[in-house]
Amino acid sequence: MKKNRKLGRGVAIVGAGMSKFGMFRDKDSKDLFADAFRELIVSVDKGFDPKDVDALYLGNFSNDYFMHQAHWGPIISDLVGIAPKPATRTEGACASSALAFREGVFAIASGFYDMVLVGGVEEMSKRTTEEVAEGLALATVPYEGRAGFTFPGVFGAVATAYFAKYGAHREHLMNITIKSHNNAPLNPKAQFPVTIADLMNKKKESLQKREGAAPDWQTEKDFLADARANPVVAWPMHLFDCCPISDGASCMLLVAEEIARNFTDDPIFVAGLGQGSGRGFHASDDLTYFEATRYAAREAYGMSGLTPDDIQFSEVHDCFSIAELVHVEDLGFFKPGQGYKAIADGATRLDGIKPINTSGGLKCKGHPVGATGISQLYEVWTQLRGLAGARQVPAGDLRIGAAHNLGGTGGTCTFTILERK
Amino acid sequence: MEEKSFSDITYEQYLKEEKLMGSRCTECEAAYVPPRSICVQCFSSDMEWVEMKGTGRLAAFTCITIAPPFMIAQGYNRKNPYISGVVELEEGGRVDARIEGLDPNKPEDIKVGMPLKVKYLHTEVGDKEETFLAFEPL
Ligand SMILES: [Zn+2]
Repeated sequence: MKKNRKLGRGVAIVGAGMSKFGMFRDKDSKDLFADAFRELIVSVDKGFDPKDVDALYLGNFSNDYFMHQAHWGPIISDLVGIAPKPATRTEGACASSALAFREGVFAIASGFYDMVLVGGVEEMSKRTTEEVAEGLALATVPYEGRAGFTFPGVFGAVATAYFAKYGAHREHLMNITIKSHNNAPLNPKAQFPVTIADLMNKKKESLQKREGAAPDWQTEKDFLADARANPVVAWPMHLFDCCPISDGASCMLLVAEEIARNFTDDPIFVAGLGQGSGRGFHASDDLTYFEATRYAAREAYGMSGLTPDDIQFSEVHDCFSIAELVHVEDLGFFKPGQGYKAIADGATRLDGIKPINTSGGLKCKGHPVGATGISQLYEVWTQLRGLAGARQVPAGDLRIGAAHNLGGTGGTCTFTILERK
Repeated sequence: MEEKSFSDITYEQYLKEEKLMGSRCTECEAAYVPPRSICVQCFSSDMEWVEMKGTGRLAAFTCITIAPPFMIAQGYNRKNPYISGVVELEEGGRVDARIEGLDPNKPEDIKVGMPLKVKYLHTEVGDKEETFLAFEPL
């Protein structure tokens, strides 16, 4: 039997920051990372000297393509004043900064470094939608691209396979969209801090004014079912099933467990880490789950000694609504084929038994791909420290939260469990 | 005759000749479409080519309106969507392919599980003749 993997020594998060996510014409990657780093500095309760940082690990997927500028490690280490200390860029598509986090954890756990800065950044909004779709499609597997698959297309296909196997339909995905939009207005960093109900009412008002008649939408689902309000992108993925195009940055300060309390009385510890790789959609055992996510989850649960029931809340990679559904099953929160029913019953709402994506998720918080992994961990860190304000999980006494990050079409998946001791 | 390498390049060349080809391990008989040059069951590199019948069933699909540039170059766009799918081959194994002969504007009428047969799309992309793997209803 395989031995559960352990860290050589414990690793704690003692500070974290993220920029606002959104589309920023007048901010570049350096400006966004500076915003995140400024927040990190003040988040370290007892302070720290950036000159003591031993190394930087930075996730970035494709500023090469989006901005025609590669090699972001040293650009950011210079920006935050830690050069000539080493800077290493990690790339795992939309999971790029989860890999940076993981490498930073390993560097400390090995005993090599005591304090590491990890982060992520992406700048996407200065390209057209079609160009961004092409840029993201660089992270599909080659056969998918040749067949015309885009990112939304692959997840759309997962949805048709899931629907056919389990009898779910579009309305079940709408529950996910509505839930994420209900959380987002409570997150001041979110790109789309607005509920579907508010969007619907605003659109009704503006149509009433402009055309003298408003559509007969009674519920949020009426609105989402109307192609005029919610056009198709890649059937059955519609506009409101898809995360937006975003710019943003995120970062965290990691230190060895034995020195964590020099920086804060409330460090958050890494309890479990997992990472898996996928074989391409066509080669997977089944099209209704992601084997890399299942592998990552097994690793993280094994290392932490925890079970899915122990996870009090989680950020889950919802690049598309169907991704959140499939992953809450892959992570063991619900049985395969049962996730859509639990979601319909409210299980994943902020006040549900398993709150998912309290931040608003990629859908509403935004998805600057290279920054996303650490921004998810930022949300977990914020919740565990009780600093999430209006979106604080109401269960109280939060001790264990997790974040799941997916890259490409499931090629790279991570699951990270954080713990407050 | 010199053995063709078990590569994506050869796979694409065979498509131009209207052949859907995979590789089979001569040690353990595991078959792979698209071809693999190393058997991931027994790790032998002793492979042979096998031609697929070109029939199968639709395992998953999507109708794409926001197209990437190389599909836009073929005339697809928000008003003219296309279908991409995953096809489960009769011999086992799956391939990613374009799906033709069905209406991308009526996705409700497209059924996972429906039987399909192979079709080779020889298309001009820019000034290049390219062949894309496709399937259409049987
Ligand atoms: Zn073999």
